[in-house]
Amino acid sequence: MSASAPAISVQDVRFAYSERQALNGLTFDVQDGEIFGLLGPNGGGKSTLFRILSTLLPLQQGAAKVGGFDLTSQQAMVRQILGVTFQSPSLDRKLTVQENLKHQGHLYGLRGADLQSRIGLGLERLGVADRRRDLVGKLSGGLQRRVEIAKSLLHRPRLLLLDEPSTGLDPGARIELWKYMRELRQVMALTIVVTTHLLDEAEDCDRLGILHEGQMVALDTPDALRSSVGGDCLTIRSRDPERLAGDISSQFGVTVHRVGDQLRIEREHGHDLLRDVVAQFGTAITSVTLGKPTLEDVFVQRTGKQFW
Amino acid sequence: MNQPAENQQPARPGLWLPVWTLAERELIRFLRQRTRVIGALGQPLLFWILFGAGLRNSFQAPAWSQVLGRELTYQEYFFPGVAVLIVLFTAIFSTISIIEDRKEGFLQGVLVSPISRLALVLGKLTGGMLLSLIQAGIFLALAPWMGISFGLVQFVLIFGFLALLAFTLTALGFVMAWPLDSTQGYHALMSMLLMPMWLLSGAFFPGGETGWLSWVMRLNPLTYGIAALRRLLYWDHELPTSIGLPSLGASILVTVVFAVVCIGLSVVLASRQSSRNAR
Repeated sequence: MSASAPAISVQDVRFAYSERQALNGLTFDVQDGEIFGLLGPNGGGKSTLFRILSTLLPLQQGAAKVGGFDLTSQQAMVRQILGVTFQSPSLDRKLTVQENLKHQGHLYGLRGADLQSRIGLGLERLGVADRRRDLVGKLSGGLQRRVEIAKSLLHRPRLLLLDEPSTGLDPGARIELWKYMRELRQVMALTIVVTTHLLDEAEDCDRLGILHEGQMVALDTPDALRSSVGGDCLTIRSRDPERLAGDISSQFGVTVHRVGDQLRIEREHGHDLLRDVVAQFGTAITSVTLGKPTLEDVFVQRTGKQFW
Repeated sequence: MNQPAENQQPARPGLWLPVWTLAERELIRFLRQRTRVIGALGQPLLFWILFGAGLRNSFQAPAWSQVLGRELTYQEYFFPGVAVLIVLFTAIFSTISIIEDRKEGFLQGVLVSPISRLALVLGKLTGGMLLSLIQAGIFLALAPWMGISFGLVQFVLIFGFLALLAFTLTALGFVMAWPLDSTQGYHALMSMLLMPMWLLSGAFFPGGETGWLSWVMRLNPLTYGIAALRRLLYWDHELPTSIGLPSLGASILVTVVFAVVCIGLSVVLASRQSSRNAR
């Protein structure tokens, strides 16, 4: 793979389950060596995209290349250079850590001393070397996830796909997992693609694609996405949001977005507006928050829908 | 990328290494789940003892048993049927795990690996076949007690045929389990399809030479599996052919065709990229 070729290239990919259109013309590239996040609420299409990229689902329409190989016509090559970590652990809980990795190695044509040294190194890198003789079922969720990653990296893929890696992990285990992921990217020259519905996790990615109803509604670094919202973000809750929205907008001449029972206003110098709004309509307001834009604000701005 | 040692492409996995590793996993899992040993070997054994005792007096030996020159007890008649039941139960238990593997995620891990779908199927079938042979082997060790004795050649033939039958029945279980997403569904198929297939194969009772039952037996592929095993057990005797007891050649031929069909269907099913693989 040349330095300039993207690790993943997706062009106008569409996918429909029997009735539901899950992906609606996706086009994007993942650059070599980056940690790329696919953020979106459940049902937004990220799992479908994950399954297509991991070769579990066929490509119905459009074109996609993984590591320079065509996803449809060069599937065997794609499978060789791809490491996949599923949301539901693909580890056999009735086998030990060592046994799981041994079988995995065999599925990728590895054996003997080479396989043994890879297992040792992989477990060490993920800090689980001392558990290699334990049954997987006896490990904590965080350790299982790390063994799972060691398993998917055994054949030294160029690209690692992770589906919701932090699901079911406590915050400590999540932070640790990301520490390992960043280290691995360095040491193994990996490109990592992560799907997530957690906004915190999305912040850790180099670049982020936000998926909504099968379309990519935003794609940039988390910082750039946040600054695209601009200024401050004022969020107001009210018992009668409809009326309050009208009042605020006519009084202060600002655009008020109504999202569910919340009102959102994006504006420079939000604290001035906050003061005035509270002074004027204090009784109609149940709560109000002022903050720098978050990725949630980006989502709301691009889709007009609440993230949750 | 400047990491040639780290990112070296591994060799293609080939066919046999993945087949063996998947089969080995089946064996290890089996040995770690004691209840499965009881289910697959214990239950048929219990059937054999209880039915053998219960039906002893009401059993009417089939005409071909006269060739043996001694009385054929029900327990002896039932003997090959129980051996096949052990193989059938083992095949069911091995393939029901496909549904669990899919739910737990292990199967997805195998599906995204570069192994061929043939290797995936053969791994499962080899695992089921080895487990069947071990358990049926333990049961067949009781044969001398039934007055059935066999030499080395006969022993090899019996085990060779049981291996073929185990492969076939595991493939049949594979075809049934692959499209299902619940073990309850499998249990339904098991009691509506697999158990009647075994009951109406001459395993449990000889069956008449006329009437609708004789047609069911004639069309039931497992009839030929039971018949081949029965003929191999009585290798030294010329048993006459009948609907319940077709000739050895026909029996082996039908079993081979049945095997090819079931294995072929398994590979076709496993090769389809579909949303059910992606849960």
